[in-house]
Amino acid sequence: MTQGLEGPAPEDRPKPQGRRNAQGIRIDPEVEAEPAVRRTVISALVKHEPGVLSDVSGLFSRRQFNIESLTVGPTEDDDRARITLVIEEHEPGIEQAKKQLRKLVPVISVRELAPDAMRRELMLIKVNATRPDQVAAVAEMYDGQTVDASPETVTVQVTGSRQKIEAAVETFEQFGIREISRTGTTALARGNEETAATNGPASESTPEYTEDGTPTHPQTTPSDDD
Amino acid sequence: MSERAAVSPPDEQDDEQEQAEQREQPAASTETEPQPVTTGAQSVIRALENVGVEYAFGVQGGAIMPVYDALYDSEITHVTMAHEQGASHAADAYGIVSGEPGVCLATSGPGATNLVTGIADADMDSDPMIALTGQVPTEMVGNDAFQETDTTGVTTPITKANTFSSHADTVGDDVGEAFALANTGRPGPTLVDLPKDVTLSETDREPAEATVPDTYEVQERADDEIVRAAARRIEDSQRPALLLGGGVIKGDASEACREFATEHEIPVVTTMPGIGSFPEDHELAMEMAGMHGTGYANMAITHCDTLIGIGTRFDDRLTGGIETFAPDAELIHIDIDPAEISKNIHAEYPLVGDAATVVEQLDEEMEHSPQAKKWRAQCQQWKSEYPMAYDTPEDEPVKPQFVVEALDEATSDRAIVTTGVGQHQMWACQYWTYTEPRTWVSSHGLGTMGYGFPAAVGARLAADDDQEVICVEGDGSFLMTMQELAVAVREHLDITVVVLNNEYIGMVRQWQDAFFEGRHSASEYHWCPEFDTLAEAFGAKGFRIDEYDEVADTVEAALAYDGPSVIDAHIDPQANVYPMVPSGGDNGQFALSEDQL
Ligand SMILES: Cc1ncc(C[n+]2csc(CCOP(=O)(O)OP(=O)(O)O)c2C)c(N)n1
Repeated sequence: MTQGLEGPAPEDRPKPQGRRNAQGIRIDPEVEAEPAVRRTVISALVKHEPGVLSDVSGLFSRRQFNIESLTVGPTEDDDRARITLVIEEHEPGIEQAKKQLRKLVPVISVRELAPDAMRRELMLIKVNATRPDQVAAVAEMYDGQTVDASPETVTVQVTGSRQKIEAAVETFEQFGIREISRTGTTALARGNEETAATNGPASESTPEYTEDGTPTHPQTTPSDDD
Repeated sequence: MSERAAVSPPDEQDDEQEQAEQREQPAASTETEPQPVTTGAQSVIRALENVGVEYAFGVQGGAIMPVYDALYDSEITHVTMAHEQGASHAADAYGIVSGEPGVCLATSGPGATNLVTGIADADMDSDPMIALTGQVPTEMVGNDAFQETDTTGVTTPITKANTFSSHADTVGDDVGEAFALANTGRPGPTLVDLPKDVTLSETDREPAEATVPDTYEVQERADDEIVRAAARRIEDSQRPALLLGGGVIKGDASEACREFATEHEIPVVTTMPGIGSFPEDHELAMEMAGMHGTGYANMAITHCDTLIGIGTRFDDRLTGGIETFAPDAELIHIDIDPAEISKNIHAEYPLVGDAATVVEQLDEEMEHSPQAKKWRAQCQQWKSEYPMAYDTPEDEPVKPQFVVEALDEATSDRAIVTTGVGQHQMWACQYWTYTEPRTWVSSHGLGTMGYGFPAAVGARLAADDDQEVICVEGDGSFLMTMQELAVAVREHLDITVVVLNNEYIGMVRQWQDAFFEGRHSASEYHWCPEFDTLAEAFGAKGFRIDEYDEVADTVEAALAYDGPSVIDAHIDPQANVYPMVPSGGDNGQFALSEDQL
């Protein structure tokens, strides 16, 4: 038995013109372009207290943000730690990640770093010591240091951008890699610019607004340095 | 809620001798002068007293016993619930109705995990609430001790903030901060985990004033430039619509929104949590939009060219498919939580701030009202084209809509309605005419069956005496938490329950008929307890309705009964909820009956 209500049926109703994309942005129905994904570095200054790391990592997994690396460590102030996140998201996703991060109570400030920010990663790579001289030569090529050598293994420390580390891994492959441990990216803004200010504005996450009502995003092309 | 005389803590004493003297001398006026704090547990209770807490809902147990011991001497009224889930929903509803965080308490382990559903519910609906949980002594944490659960771990994703208290000296500060956080900015549930050694330890530290941590910032006023641009947009709009969400009620912005809407003659749609923010008997009221919203609300939202969304998070039950949601509209989005702006629907005009403040800012900027006479006429036409009408053939079982309307008619405008989750909840949305904020108390975001009755307990204690509290239940939902009837009887709470009894878990049956070829897997009961007799066994008053001509008298008798009463209303088991927008569907294409799905 079907019970229902009165009124014009769906096919007899007027239809709106517009359409939105999956990000809820109004679009020209003809061109359904998905926003491009980009990789960016977000730095968060947080209270140095138990639970904040799990708060942050839980947030990113819960909300399905695409996270490439997350590092945490102390800062110039004993009460504060800095968390550096590398994420890969489209523009609305990056904005949302920053805002959600800012909402966590122990988070003091959040900033997305400019593409020219200093980004570094440290890798320890342990390879077979069958050709120690050549290992040393490759290490030197990447400004690496040999930190441990045994009859069978050599361990080299390499620091630099993600690309450099990845290139180093590729080159070391010829010796037979035993184990790798990488720290993930840590970063600071250049010069006078603050990375995530203690007293500054909480975040720059509210989009800039233009006269025609469309928010503008700094359209930056990210490039790892080095 | 009545204003409680503020109990101020004695000044912090550095001088030990002075303190000793103070302890010896009995306080001059025992009513207002609290005894100095001597333990962590007392500091917890003092922190609650300092912020004016009147009621707490909970269940005793090992790890929370020191806190209960301190509560023994307090003026805070504790309501022992039958189940901690009941305590969490009661606290949640108390928070909705009073506007102040509801307090719930539980012991560690199962006590804390039983609160989880209610905490998650409060989190989804941004209801102010504070949960205090006992924990095993600090040195046993991590050992899988008896009744140990990582409560802060479990509740991190479902609280606005939570803390593991580590010291008796600061435990009261933690509680004060949690209370302040629960109701500052966007409200939400907070939790303080209280290890037994911390609450048992001695301390003479009075809790500090309850404030949010300095890292927590709330923006009250929106950017003037965007406000200006938004005002221009509204002025120029031909088809404006207001969409009021739960944030309007939580931010006490109902009046400001009402003034704005009537002054500029803008039709008003609400979300489900926004019910009560705008009087539904007003000409401009289009009522609730979304999955089971009215046809006219969904037409208005689909065809508007400017949508002013206030205190709403554009939940999928409201929007349906994102692609077809208000596709012609530029969005002006007012919300106190910046993360809600452009989360689901992109806002051309992002206005972060307190709802009432920003609406006033917007109003000040408006130079003239939009020229939208044609649009308003169109909205009125939709109202007459898509009536929420139903038949009542005398020889058929009673229609649930009829029972809801009978209750609405028999009660005052300020009557509070609480519900479970299912068809009955939707009929309670659709066929009750809400005119006041904080009179609609339901589980929106989490959709928690079993919410209704314990919520009625909390609502009853927060409501004024002249406000009726009506709990509209489904048979399935009521069965989940009806044991709280024991509490309502014990505490003499005047609550009228109406079970819209279809002997189905009806909403599931409706979906099975629509989407699963009528295969009623695990949705038919074939048997149901007699809720009226069951109510009597609890010591409440039981009633039963089978026929139309019993409805009015039974409703009157149940309302007249001073105490908890339960009407077992046997309704048409085949009644369905329409209109309906299927999940992810197009709001403008709502179905009026099953064959349109
Ligand atoms: C705790 C919980 N379990 C399961 C569901 C899924 N569910 C949604 S509505 C519904 C049926 C509700 O039945 P009843 O309370 O009798 O209300 P009716 O739909 O018949 O009015 C169910 C099982 C839920 N929402 N909450």
